[in-house]
Amino acid sequence: MLLPGPLRGEAGGASRLSVDAGGTLGAVLDELAADHPRLARRIRDERGELRRYVNVYVDGEDCRHSGGLATPVGEGAQVQVLPSVAGG
Amino acid sequence: MATLLAIGTAKGLFLATSDDDRRTWEVSGPHHPQTSVYAVALDTRRATPRLLAGVTSSHFGPSVATSDDLGASWDEPDHAPVAFPADTGASLDRVWQLMPGGADEPDVVWAGTQPSALFRSTDGGRSFELVRALWDHPHRPHWQAGFGGQAVHTVLPHPRDPARVLVAMSTGGVYRSQDAGASWAPGNVGIRAAGLADEWPEFGQCVHKVARDAGNPERLYAQNHFGVYRSDDDGRTWSSIADGLPSDFGFPMVAHPARPGMVWTFPLVADVERFPTDHRCRVFRSADAGGKWEPLSVGLPEGPFYPAVLRDAMCADDATPGGVYFGTRSGEVYASRDEGDSWSQVAAHLPDVLCVRAAVV
Repeated sequence: MLLPGPLRGEAGGASRLSVDAGGTLGAVLDELAADHPRLARRIRDERGELRRYVNVYVDGEDCRHSGGLATPVGEGAQVQVLPSVAGG
Repeated sequence: MATLLAIGTAKGLFLATSDDDRRTWEVSGPHHPQTSVYAVALDTRRATPRLLAGVTSSHFGPSVATSDDLGASWDEPDHAPVAFPADTGASLDRVWQLMPGGADEPDVVWAGTQPSALFRSTDGGRSFELVRALWDHPHRPHWQAGFGGQAVHTVLPHPRDPARVLVAMSTGGVYRSQDAGASWAPGNVGIRAAGLADEWPEFGQCVHKVARDAGNPERLYAQNHFGVYRSDDDGRTWSSIADGLPSDFGFPMVAHPARPGMVWTFPLVADVERFPTDHRCRVFRSADAGGKWEPLSVGLPEGPFYPAVLRDAMCADDATPGGVYFGTRSGEVYASRDEGDSWSQVAAHLPDVLCVRAAVV
């Protein structure tokens, strides 16, 4: 999992995390929440939904165009979290 | 003793400290940069004062952070401090208000949120629980969103009776509980809802801010979306105290924490003209519970002035004589150390000021 700069503080400064889970993006984020709960809640709200201005790419594909949290995540897949270009 | 002034802005929290009885200030920040800080509380009931900040990242969502070293370091629990239970189907947009409970409940902190809900903490603001009875209130589906969103922006626990608490929301009005939040009744009798077909509804008023009198806890002051009111029966009924003000529109309403009958506000022309009246930077003060009002401007900018002061961007401290503070949407912050008689600038060129809170620490 690749993390943007503003979220690395919640991962001990790491820009990459290895998450031992698979199947779907939702399962990966559930596993992330178990180990890094503050990081996980910056990506998803308490309903488990992706925050509006957080984008998640699975192997380069925006998950919002490929099944959302049900997007398949295979072994060795790269999950990248990117904040939207938004704000002022 | 120092005085701490916490300044929540659209892009972080700034902390101003004065060590010379509020003559000069040193400003640090931004803490929590690039978050909007709609709510801040200085909880001086604890042996070590606790700062609480409701911070919202437009990307990464809302949270509540606490500091037990006057802002030098901040902490967030692993769990979300304020979160809606799964069965509500709701998610937190932001925390609008953080309010310490009474002196006899030193670990109680209340949080008012968007969407309109009330949360209560019994661990000093580290974790909060939804107050179900207000969330389940049959009126809730009828509450509307004000321009800033649908939020409980005011929480006023009774200073002597922990069973009594009052909330105000935009748009919905005032609600009161007399049983520690187990049930809620609207308290809007006498508050006019300008623009609605029924101008005197049971609820639905756009109350902008409510403050409680220092001497008489049954006495409350309200700045409404058109209308300035006082209640002498703990929010059951209200009567106008707008005579003597240049406008009855505005956002803040601040009561002196120690001097009964003294309140301050910052009138704007109207909802379609959100400029200070006469385009002048003036605070208005009443020393007799709204009977008479006087403009205060010594030390404030003298030229044309256009920024507004938001509902929580004015506050008082607990020093003697009382200090008053306000911040503007143009990022200026002014302080008075003599109850508003004269003012000086604490900071300028900050992001939009959303809230201020001050205390002797």
